[in-house]
Amino acid sequence: MELTTFWFAVIAFLWTGYFVLEGFDFGVGMLAPVLSRNEAERKQVLGTIGPVWDGNEVWLITAVGAMFAAFPAWYAGLLSTFYLPIALVLVGLIVRGIGLEWRGKVHSSTGRARADLGILIGSFLPAFLWGAIFADLLHGSATAALAGGIFSLSLCVLHGAVFVALKTSGPVRSRARRTAMITSAVALPAAVVALSGIPGASASVSDWAAAPWLWACALAAMAALSAGIALTWRGRDGWAFAATASSIAGTGAALFGALSPAPLPGLTIAEAASGPYTLNVLTWIGLVALPFVLGYQAWSYWVFRKRLVAEVS
Amino acid sequence: MDALDLARWQFGVTTVYHFLFVPLTIGLGVFVAGLQTAWHRTGKEHYLRLTKFFGKLFLINFGMGVVTGIVQEFQFGMNWSEYSIFVGDVFGAPLALEALLAFFLESTFLGLWIFGWDKLPKRVHLATIWAAVIGSNLSAYFILAANAWMKHPVGYEVVDGRARMTDLWAVLTNSTALAQVPHVVGGAFVVAGGFVLAVCGYRILRERRNDPADPGLTTPAREGSASMWRTPMRAALVMVAIAGVVVVGSGDTSARLLYEQQPMKLAAAEGLRHDTAGAPFSPVPGVEVPRLLSFLSTHDPNAVVQGTENLQATFEKQFGPGDYRPNLPVVYWSFRVMIVFGLSTVALAALGLWLTRRRRRTPRPPREIPAWFARACVLALPLPTIAIIAGWLLSEVGRQPWTVQGELLTAASVSPGVSLTEVAISLAIFTALYGVLALAEAVLLVRHVRTGPEPVSPDPLTRPSHDDEDRAARLQPTLMY
Repeated sequence: MELTTFWFAVIAFLWTGYFVLEGFDFGVGMLAPVLSRNEAERKQVLGTIGPVWDGNEVWLITAVGAMFAAFPAWYAGLLSTFYLPIALVLVGLIVRGIGLEWRGKVHSSTGRARADLGILIGSFLPAFLWGAIFADLLHGSATAALAGGIFSLSLCVLHGAVFVALKTSGPVRSRARRTAMITSAVALPAAVVALSGIPGASASVSDWAAAPWLWACALAAMAALSAGIALTWRGRDGWAFAATASSIAGTGAALFGALSPAPLPGLTIAEAASGPYTLNVLTWIGLVALPFVLGYQAWSYWVFRKRLVAEVS
Repeated sequence: MDALDLARWQFGVTTVYHFLFVPLTIGLGVFVAGLQTAWHRTGKEHYLRLTKFFGKLFLINFGMGVVTGIVQEFQFGMNWSEYSIFVGDVFGAPLALEALLAFFLESTFLGLWIFGWDKLPKRVHLATIWAAVIGSNLSAYFILAANAWMKHPVGYEVVDGRARMTDLWAVLTNSTALAQVPHVVGGAFVVAGGFVLAVCGYRILRERRNDPADPGLTTPAREGSASMWRTPMRAALVMVAIAGVVVVGSGDTSARLLYEQQPMKLAAAEGLRHDTAGAPFSPVPGVEVPRLLSFLSTHDPNAVVQGTENLQATFEKQFGPGDYRPNLPVVYWSFRVMIVFGLSTVALAALGLWLTRRRRRTPRPPREIPAWFARACVLALPLPTIAIIAGWLLSEVGRQPWTVQGELLTAASVSPGVSLTEVAISLAIFTALYGVLALAEAVLLVRHVRTGPEPVSPDPLTRPSHDDEDRAARLQPTLMY
């Protein structure tokens, strides 16, 4: 495999990992007011992502850092083209991060309400905007951007609801399952619309039938989403979460597959790429470091593997 | 006013703001890890209380450092796309490494530390805070290596109008980076030590008043036991003093590197217009120490230091017509503010160490910390903070008009496709948001310092909470069922 293709795959992997992991963070952030009826339950819901959300966000930092290093022109073009939407994503990430960090440290219920508002807005903005930005990049139309935004937003909400169902017990868990079922009424049609548009938008193929792999990824994403909904209905939380995560992974694969080999209009991967020396060095460092990173991050999920209960003291 | 000016303002505002929080993340994290280590080794309860108390202040600040840091990573691509395309091959590598090797470590282990008190064995839990602070300090190294490359580009060649890295090791061991890392990280420890001093000074004054109606008084203070603030204050004084020596030493190295690598910045910092042999140095205007600048920049009191006007002529010959001088007053004054404010913090620490020295011969109780010194300690927060920000202004305003010294001008670095309106909108949003958050953080920190350390149960499994609303909230389910 060409080094540039490999690095494009690495970046696709990092972005997809980010969407899978922070996807449920965003969902949990948006659903917190819906799923909890009191402060103890609110803590229970937010506690599901408390120890892990910051580590999940580093997937984005790494994806963007890797883009900067491996494909400077792609990095610069993407961020300067979508200037204001990206700025809004940043605003979202700021108020959400601060809300999550400060919620347990403010002294009053007013302070907590502000933190909750930050978490809500800050989860909504990136959940919608990432879908809108990438759909706009693929199709170049406002309608497509809206459809993409609704898709990523509803998928995050669904993924988050399934995650809460997996990580909690008691009334919050049943509410999360119910919410997941309701969300699927939006997420599934949105997925069909957004995902079926991806293969045809690929710049590399004039005829959509010539992109069987993209179709395979898109259809797998739809199938996984349907499976996730069915499994939630049957109360198989763990499998349902695996299914919604796979659905996001399939979407990521289709998206970045369609962006190859021209991740921006008029710019190919080869043109955007850094020199072979940089790519080589980063490959070696990445290959050595990544297993450790994945290992300790997985360990942190293992430490916090237990279902949370509403804390009664 | 065009998009370039606003983009520069945005970069300046967001970067200075980001750097208000970074020093505390770097230095206070290590301080908290040290306190927890002391608790782990001695088992003394007050170390645990201090760990949790300073840990909370650390976390309030940490969040701000994280979220404002995300903006930094995106901003290069958003506002400086031409710069990003030119430098990405070289400059992007340390940024990618920073995320992969430092940020994952920092964020994952900090999550484990915050939520792992009752889930991890004590020893493992202690290791998580150390892993997190190692991550923070490592990130400082990578980003400073990237920054140093802008001032002294090494390990690259220019191919087709883009810098191509030829030697990562050269980039990571850039002489400028090796001088800058101890200077900035040492400065961060001075700021963090100053923060701890300010908190201790405030608490000492408050507890000495011993107002029975004061809800923020700790149990030891009420019981009239020796102030629990003496130990952290001593530790912070030692931290500031050692870090201060590191800052001064690396600052000396930096001055000599400036002489070789960025003579324009050096000349601007002293306001030296013409080439001068045995150049003097004026720490404050009006006072002039003969030959000191020559000595500081070469260790030879008679050496010739180049002046801004001569350098301007040389650069015009080399790079074509243009103004190659940075904003002279800003560079001149930030240099002085950095030195005066920074050194006064170190002097304060040295004084404090003398005042709190142990009595070796007789087993008398330790000297009481004088009230005037406790009051002076409150200054230890703003002084080094202003110094470190002034240092960055000197460093980055002094780099102008270049983004990459001798290779790329700032004017040629900006995103051509981003309009004035777009930058104006984002600048307004970030400035307003940052302003509100700064106020909120200040209020939050002050409240927590006022409340003081909460009592801890020696068994960390039962985490006490003194937040009444919290308790009410927790009790609610009981009442319901």
